Amino acid sequence: MSDSTAIVRTSLGAAPASLPEGPRRRGPAAMPAGAEQPGRWRSALSSIGKLARTTVFKLTLVYLTVFALFAVLLLGYFAWTTQRLITDQIVATVDAEITGLAEQYRQGGIRRLVIAVDNRSRRAGSNIYLLTTFNGQVLSGNIGSLPSGTMANTGWVETAYNRLDEQDTGAHFALARVFQLPGGFRLMVGRDLEERARLNQVIWSAGRWSAAIVVVLGLAGGFFLTRRVLKRVDAMTDTTRTIMTGDLSGRLPVSGTGDELDRLAENLNSMLERIEALMHGLKEVSDNIAHDLRTPLTRLRNRSEEALRSARSEPEYRAALESTIEESDGLIRTFNALLMIARAESGQARANMSDFDAADSVRDIAELYEPLAEDKGLTLRVEAGAEALVHGSRELLSQALANLLDNAIKYTVPPPAPRDEGGPPDILVRAAVEGERVVLSVGDRGPGIPPEDRSRAVERFVRLEESRSAPGSGLGLSLAAAVARLHGGELMLDDNGPGLNASLVLPRAVAGAAAGADSSL
Amino acid sequence: MAASLAGDDLRSSDRAMRLLIIEDDRPAADYLAKAFKEVGHIADLAGDGEDGLAQAQDGNYDILIVDRMLPRMDGLTMIGRLREQGIQTPALILSALGQVDDRVKGLRAGGDDYLAKPYAFAELLARVEVLARRSQSGGGRNEEMVYRVGDLELDRLSHRVTRGGEEVILQPREFRLLEYLMKHAGQVVTRTMLLENVWDYHFDPQTNVIDVHVSRLRSKIDKGFEQALLHTVRGAGYMIRDER
Repeated sequence: MSDSTAIVRTSLGAAPASLPEGPRRRGPAAMPAGAEQPGRWRSALSSIGKLARTTVFKLTLVYLTVFALFAVLLLGYFAWTTQRLITDQIVATVDAEITGLAEQYRQGGIRRLVIAVDNRSRRAGSNIYLLTTFNGQVLSGNIGSLPSGTMANTGWVETAYNRLDEQDTGAHFALARVFQLPGGFRLMVGRDLEERARLNQVIWSAGRWSAAIVVVLGLAGGFFLTRRVLKRVDAMTDTTRTIMTGDLSGRLPVSGTGDELDRLAENLNSMLERIEALMHGLKEVSDNIAHDLRTPLTRLRNRSEEALRSARSEPEYRAALESTIEESDGLIRTFNALLMIARAESGQARANMSDFDAADSVRDIAELYEPLAEDKGLTLRVEAGAEALVHGSRELLSQALANLLDNAIKYTVPPPAPRDEGGPPDILVRAAVEGERVVLSVGDRGPGIPPEDRSRAVERFVRLEESRSAPGSGLGLSLAAAVARLHGGELMLDDNGPGLNASLVLPRAVAGAAAGADSSL
Repeated sequence: MAASLAGDDLRSSDRAMRLLIIEDDRPAADYLAKAFKEVGHIADLAGDGEDGLAQAQDGNYDILIVDRMLPRMDGLTMIGRLREQGIQTPALILSALGQVDDRVKGLRAGGDDYLAKPYAFAELLARVEVLARRSQSGGGRNEEMVYRVGDLELDRLSHRVTRGGEEVILQPREFRLLEYLMKHAGQVVTRTMLLENVWDYHFDPQTNVIDVHVSRLRSKIDKGFEQALLHTVRGAGYMIRDER
């Protein structure tokens, strides 16, 4: 058994399974052997009870019963068929003999018949013969004794008899036919049934033995199988128990045979993998929350303390209070963004989704931010012509787009001289249908994100070093990514040569019932 | 302009309002009542849903401020009961649940506006005054086809805007922005209210996008005129008013 060949990172591969291996559990040498005895018995009994309760064992019993029943039926049928075959053979032989002897009688009369019967009777291992006169006087044959009245009726009869040449007095049985010859003579021809009986006996004793063997082997096999399965299930149970107590790194043992227990273990393992990743994410988030909320909270507290200690005039107090409120507004904003991401990631928002034109949302958001870009001296162009139907939440998608556009405006430095009209804009906002996908993208001419940092940039709270000084919660890209995932798509960050091209790649909704697409223009 | 959060400049309604604050958090309720009193309104308190319902039934209030999660009867149920009885006092729901669908649920239950905690008092005050005015005038301003503030005119049918008889050319969104401001002329309108009512967004845009839009609008309607009509109310939002 290779139970533990593929244990992956389990912390208790060596944990003892409480199987009926009681005697193995030797106490310290000093302990008298007798004192341990009752405990050992009890543990052995309880483990047998445990075995008997398992599904495998119950299945084994059921299987065994059904199998035994079938075996008995099969054997019975076999015995019955054999019996019938032998009987048929006897009948055929006896009939042939009688026909032959009757022919002798017809040709040569009683004298010839007596000679023929005499001859046949003397052959070794012959059939049994008896020829009598109409009043029962024996003329010929090899039968010593016969129950009286056997010859009275013609036809087939099963009877006890003794042969003339035999010494033993034990009863023999034969199947015989009594035949009435013209002139009142009666002829009985029969065949010993010992052969049949012996065969019967052989079959039945074989049946008994094999039944016993089947039961014993079945039970033993059941025990063996059960123990084997139980051992693996116990190992699994123990692993899950340590996992439940908090050690998520444990994995269920996989034997590598690919059986159903392995499949179960593999599935549970991948579930654990997912849980561990989630827990890891949760821990990271709480660490980040601790950092990103604690920092402004500390500032808030310090500023209030500072004002209490050193402010002298009303304007000073006022200024301190105003900065306190500003700081708490920032905190609320971060907090709201966190909640939003959590909601998007948990998929709760799926309940209120509808089909709407994402190109519309792109135009609206671009229109909202366009004055901001212009104020900063940036050119912003919108390419969102064709309808791009998406199934989702207009509000969340707009917020994701707003975050991307806000980032683009924040990080793009306006060119020193105005660009020529025909050249590429500083910021390009696009909505395009590409096959079965809708791509909403915001491209800028800012510093971009180096390829190695791109996947990290989407994580919560990550603000790349160069952008530390710019205001913002650092949650914009994470929120956009969470919204994209909620819609069954993803957020892609690409090089815009130079700059960053951030796109929300979403599955396209099937045209048709477009509800909730209330353009506010 | 004076930079006061609780001064008279925040209050924009002409007469004192009677408010009923239904909130189980006593310090929060006391703070609100005090703040409303400072701007000249009268506020009563109720500590749970059933008391709130009883008081709202016989008191003659201009507006109800209802916390969503209340002992004995939750805020939405309470508002539903009132509406069943035909009492149409405008209700503003305060809630710690601030997501869009929570909002929708609140408005569907009969609430007239929804504000997520935590909020700025200026935001609450602006919304309460807009709601109270709306119910007092019976939605009258909605029927007016032409809004007038000083020499500024906005024709809602022809989408024409003139100042001192001269046409002002506005983008569609600028028109809607001005329309909303003029509809609530003399009242403080917050940035969030503008984002919700003019753009139909309920999220926080993180940046001062609304300010940029308003200053653009201002440059179109106030530039070159002696009398400014579009004012910034510090710590609160904007107000369009003829100050003469």
